[in-house]
Order: sequence, then structure tokens, then C-alpha cells
Amino acid sequence: MTLELFLFFTLALIALVTAGGMVFSKSAVYAALNLVTNFLSVAILYLLLDAPFIALAQVTVYAGAIMVLFLFVIMLLGVETLRAEFDWKKIWLQAVLALALLVEGFVMLFQRMGQAANLPFNTASVLTNPSEMAKVLFTDYLLPFELTSILLLVAMIGAIVLTKQVKKRSL
Amino acid sequence: MNFWTDPIHVIYQGLMQTFTGWGMAAEVAGILINLLGIVLMITAIMVLDIFLVWIERKVVARFQDRLGPNRVGPWGIFQPFPDIIKLVLKEDITPAGADKWVFNLAPILSLASVIFLWAVVPLASRIYGVDLNVALLYLVASGSIGTLSIIMAGWSSNNKYALVGAYRMVANMVSYEIPLAASLLIPTILSGSMSLTNIVNQQAHGVWFFFVSPLGALLFLVAAIAELGRSPFDLNEGESEIVAGFHIEYTGMKFGLFYAGELLHAFTFGGFVAALFFGGWHGPWAEEYPLLGAFYFVAKAMLGYWIIMWIKYTVPRIRIDHMLAFNWKFLTPLAFALLIVTALTHRFLMDFPTWVYVPGMFLSNVLVAWATLEILRGNARRERLAAEAH
Repeated sequence: MTLELFLFFTLALIALVTAGGMVFSKSAVYAALNLVTNFLSVAILYLLLDAPFIALAQVTVYAGAIMVLFLFVIMLLGVETLRAEFDWKKIWLQAVLALALLVEGFVMLFQRMGQAANLPFNTASVLTNPSEMAKVLFTDYLLPFELTSILLLVAMIGAIVLTKQVKKRSL
Repeated sequence: MNFWTDPIHVIYQGLMQTFTGWGMAAEVAGILINLLGIVLMITAIMVLDIFLVWIERKVVARFQDRLGPNRVGPWGIFQPFPDIIKLVLKEDITPAGADKWVFNLAPILSLASVIFLWAVVPLASRIYGVDLNVALLYLVASGSIGTLSIIMAGWSSNNKYALVGAYRMVANMVSYEIPLAASLLIPTILSGSMSLTNIVNQQAHGVWFFFVSPLGALLFLVAAIAELGRSPFDLNEGESEIVAGFHIEYTGMKFGLFYAGELLHAFTFGGFVAALFFGGWHGPWAEEYPLLGAFYFVAKAMLGYWIIMWIKYTVPRIRIDHMLAFNWKFLTPLAFALLIVTALTHRFLMDFPTWVYVPGMFLSNVLVAWATLEILRGNARRERLAAEAH
């Protein structure tokens, strides 16, 4: 077994165990910390694929910014312990949909296994080199990129509007 | 090629011959040598960290007109060792209601998030861990792991002071990450790369980025000090309000790890200031003799560290609302304005010779600084007039 394969299986195991831990842990803080570990192991998987930019963006955005805010809110609201209710009747629809997604994922995986990804750019150079990625992002994929940024801007404005205190108008 | 021109390569070759001579496969030997290099690097940094304790105590003593440690060894240089013995021998207490796993993991993560950074720092022309092409993003990513360790420490201690201290520290770090990232983009624009090796090499042919973007260097320094949580931004430990902040419940060597991490973090940011804005390891004959380059780098990093200490022991702590307002209403807009101005001027002046480019860039920075001061002055005047009118 090569080193790369060994690393892959170790990381995959960590990712799966922490994902399970995130779903099943009773404490919200433990769930969040499990999720952080999961993000970190996925980031190292990206590194194994020679994609340092995506790996570090994953760590900065998900493990860093988003999870820190999650933890902040969990601790501020004091909702560390989750209620341990589990009722199949309430979540049967979600369970069916999740199962459908899982089956779909497996079908796609086995159908496409061994085939090269059919993308309109050179994946090797784009994923390895951040400036090549920027070129693709700002030329061929400018519209989706800008739409995403507008979406984020709208979310930001929404947050500001929600937290802004409305002055009571005197009639 | 001999030891003085390429030490790492010579050592690598020597070890490789020895290990393969013992009948080891070349691939295994390569991994083993890399692991040895990592252990050696971390050990060197930790030994340096021990002496940083002495430097910090000696410098603060001088700033406060005292002598500082002066009993153990010449100039008290071996003072850290009794300190460490004391920390190791102290009782290791885990509070009754603490979450043991998270409580014990937090100090390790705190120190590790700083040591991570040294993987990408180019110590000399051919002495560095990895030449990562997104090294600056790596810096921000490591910083967010550090933030995580602090929130873990504050929550797991089961202490209200610790939790409030962690909140303050995290609010501080998360908000100052924005001007920090924006000021990191300035060397990126100037060099056209996010790799630290490239950024340092760009400053060899031209001039140090400090002369091209002095305001950028200043912004980076201020944001870095806030990121470190050092005075005047050390709201995590207000003695009169929340005692020691997030590490209040930590005793012995666990506290020692936080302390060592803080000192090393300050020195590391001194190193980043040196690498990003002051030419890194460049200096006379540094190209031919990498060890001399490493010496220059450490000297410049020490100078940066000294400036951070100077600010820490001169400026008093500021209030939390002032700190956040300073970040969101002043530092962040200024960082983005400077980023836009730098990008535009750099593009316009790119094809001109150096003697036009450097003064032009410098002048654009001066203009931004002047405009900022004018706006601040105008705002202050308006506020004063409004207050007087009441």
C-alpha cells in the first residue's frame, strides 16, 4: 500500500467517524467540534489532490469563520445539551429523501468511477495554481460568481435590516 | 555545492546515503528525513521560545525602568529554566465541572496553531519548509484554528470569567481578521503571488515593500497586534473585570503552553512583517550563504517583535466598544480603500522604471493617509460643533 493510499484511508475513516459523531452526539459543542475535525480531514484530502487553495479556503471559511460563529452562538444561548428525542414518525419524509440521495450518490459514483471529470478547463493546473483558478473564475464563470456575491450581499443586507431597531413613528 | 551554499541539501544527501547504506528503501528514508526535519524545526522554534520569555521580561523591565531578571546566569539569561521547572512542578488542576477533553486539547491547539505557521516561513534562500503557493491564506487559516482553541478553552473551563474572556478575545480576533486579510492582499498585489518565497524574492530585485506601501505595513502591524490580543487590544485579560480571561482556570504547564504560544505568536508576526514588507532574509551576501540569510531574517523578525513589545508596554488597554468601532469604522474601510488605491496605482505604474514606480506608490500611500486624516478631522470638528450647539 502506498503512502498516499494509507493517508487517504486514515483521513476517510476520521471524516466518517467525526461525521457520525456530529450527528449522534448529545452535546451541541461536541457536535460542532466533530464537524470542525471533519472539515479539517476533508481539507487534508483536498491537499492530497494537489488543491491547496481549496483546502485552505475550506479551513478558513468553514472550520474557522463559520464554526467559530456557530460555537459563539451555541455558547451565548446556552443550548449545549440537545434534547435526545428521536421519533421515526416525525422524520420519515426526511429519511426517505436522505436515502434517495444516498442511492443517487452511489449510482453516480459507480457509473463514473475511473472516468476523467469532463470539465471545460484544465483541472490539474486550475486546482493547483490559485492565479489560474482566478482566471477561470473571472472569465468563463463570471456570471455565476457575481450572482453568488449578490446573493451574499442580499443576505448581509437582510441581517442588517433584521437587527436594526425600527423607530416608532408618531402619528 | 558545499555546506555553506546549500546546507539543507547537503545534510539531506548525507543522511540519505547513511540511511540507504543501512539497507533502507530510498522512499522510506526520504519520509524519515522529512520527519526528522520537522522535529528539528519545531525543537529549534521551541528552544527559541524559551529565550523569548527572557527577552520579553528583560525588555518590559527596561521600558518600566527596572533591571528585570538578573540572577540566573549572565544577565539572567537562564531565568526561563527555573520558570519552566516551577510550571512543571505546579499542581495540575482540572476544575470539577470542566469538560476534560476540550479543556486539555485547547492549550495544545493554541501552541500548535502558531507552530504550523513556521512551515511556510522562508528562513533563507534555500531553507524553508514548503513553498506553498497560498501561504498567506495558510496564515489566515492557522489564525482561525487559534481562535477555535481560545473559544474551546473559555467554554470548557466552566467559569464565567473564562467564557466572557473568550467572547471578548474571539470578537477581537474575528473582526480584526478582516483588515489583516486586506493588508495581506497588498503584498499579494505587489508581487503577484501568495507564496511567501515569491514575495520575498520579489523584494530582492526591486525594493522592500515597506517603501512601496508603508501604510500597508502599518495596517498589517496594527491588525496583527489585535490578532495577537496584545495591549492595547488585550481585552481578554482585564484584571479588574475578568481576571485572566480565557486561561483563568489553567495551571502549571497548560498555562505555560498558552503563554509560550502567545510569545511565539508575537515573534512569528514579527517574522511575517519582516518577510512581507522588509525583504525577509535578503541582505548583503545572503544569496550565497543561506545561513547568513537566516541570521538576517531572525534579526529582522526580532526587530518586528521589539516594535510589538514597545507598543504593548507603552499604550494602555482600550475599551471594547472603542476597539470594535476602531476596527469596523476606521481600520476596515481604510484597508479596503488602500487596497483599491494600491491595485490601481500598481497597474498604472507597473511599466514605468523603478525610480518612477517607487515614489509614485509611496505618494499614493501618503495621499490615502492624508485623506484619512482630513476625514477624521472633519468628523471630529462636526461632532464638536454639534456638542457645542446643544
